[in-house]
Amino acid sequence: MNNVMEALTWLFTADAWTGSGGLWVRAMEHLGYTLLALGISAAVALPLGLLIGHTGRGRGAAVLATGAARALPTLGLLTLVALFTGIGLTAPMAALVILAAPSVLAGAYAGIESVNPATVDAARAQGMNGWQVLTLVEIPLGLPLILSGLRLAALQVIATATLAAYVGAGGLGRPLFLGLQTYDYPTMLGASIVVILLAILVDAVFGLGQRVLRRLPGLAGPQRAPRAERRRTARRAVTTGH
Amino acid sequence: MEWILDNLGNIAELTVAHLALSLPAVVIAFVVSIPLAWVANRIRAIREPVLTSTGLLYAVPSLPLFILLPALIGTSVRDPLNVVIALSIFGLALMVRSAAEALDAVTDDVRTSATAIGFSGIGRFFTVELPLAGPALLAGVRVVCVSSISLVSVSAVLGVTSLGSLFTDGFARDILGSIIAGILMTVVLALICDLLLVLAGRLLMPWNVKSAGSRRRPRLRRSAEANA
Repeated sequence: MNNVMEALTWLFTADAWTGSGGLWVRAMEHLGYTLLALGISAAVALPLGLLIGHTGRGRGAAVLATGAARALPTLGLLTLVALFTGIGLTAPMAALVILAAPSVLAGAYAGIESVNPATVDAARAQGMNGWQVLTLVEIPLGLPLILSGLRLAALQVIATATLAAYVGAGGLGRPLFLGLQTYDYPTMLGASIVVILLAILVDAVFGLGQRVLRRLPGLAGPQRAPRAERRRTARRAVTTGH
Repeated sequence: MEWILDNLGNIAELTVAHLALSLPAVVIAFVVSIPLAWVANRIRAIREPVLTSTGLLYAVPSLPLFILLPALIGTSVRDPLNVVIALSIFGLALMVRSAAEALDAVTDDVRTSATAIGFSGIGRFFTVELPLAGPALLAGVRVVCVSSISLVSVSAVLGVTSLGSLFTDGFARDILGSIIAGILMTVVLALICDLLLVLAGRLLMPWNVKSAGSRRRPRLRRSAEANA
């Protein structure tokens, strides 16, 4: 418990947070990495997932790929890329994007699939073409699950971005590994606490977003599946991992 | 390639160490989650709070948790026990919800019928509810097992021996073979354990083989495709 007190005392000193290597700068770096990695994997995986969900093609391959990706060890991926690119941000960014993509992909196709087929048929009967069905019906109605996928990906990326410092990049892993090398447990602990708080904060922001979404008229209506059933489908499709 | 062949013994040793860290965690998560889920289902008022708070544990990043735990429970950062406990917590975070949902999916009709033909509370749980929840429980354990096996490696940066040590050594000494061997072995290990779980499920729940196959088949959207 002594160490916890020491870590907390350190966290409450101004020195820990200010300066070029301070926790504030590191936390912002950490968030920056997370947003960039999430942005890149969303740009790649989101359209792909929407396409798979809309056409129903390639679903088997997508399920296999996301399942296999869950077994991939983060640290292995990171060090593997780092051997080729050297130290810096390239390796962690590549590893982060690869790790985030399966969750985003699974969320996207599961979201589209969760839309009631009768609703989709009704939209077609109104004369909508494929694109209109996708953008005006399937994406808005599938949004809760699409967002769950992004939420999971964000959590995985925040956790893994800590390892970026292992191959020489910045982020909150920097003070953590510095503490590890110098046997400075309170610093390690302090940095760990900040990472945990950051993860919980980002998760809460996503949770809030999903809550707001659930209250939107189209998503709260009686045509949606009962809540419990929706959740179960979500969990089966959206893969979990760290 | 050559490096891998020269170090087969070492790789085998690390694989054993890896299993020694991950398998106990999976077992602990499974065994602890069942009573927790049962209580959560029994007392409706605490169901959502219990499920949400255990789920929140999953939001805690692994490496910081490995470091935070020693301060809370008095282990050392490089202690394998520390890693096992942290992994059990992650496993629990995933398992409690799926166990609660699995047990909850047993219908009241079944429960009432079991009571009617003379099952007592505990006997009913072990001989009726648990077997019926089996397939869903198995699905949960499979997720926990695969993610635990891949998560263990992270502890290598703290100096705990596992297949992850192949990554840290390989990176420090610039040996590509070491890293590739580590990734391959982790994935193979996860696949083998997953397969064993599926086989165990078949042996323990022979009645389930048919329904499991039909459930996994993707939903057909014939009407939508015909219109396209």
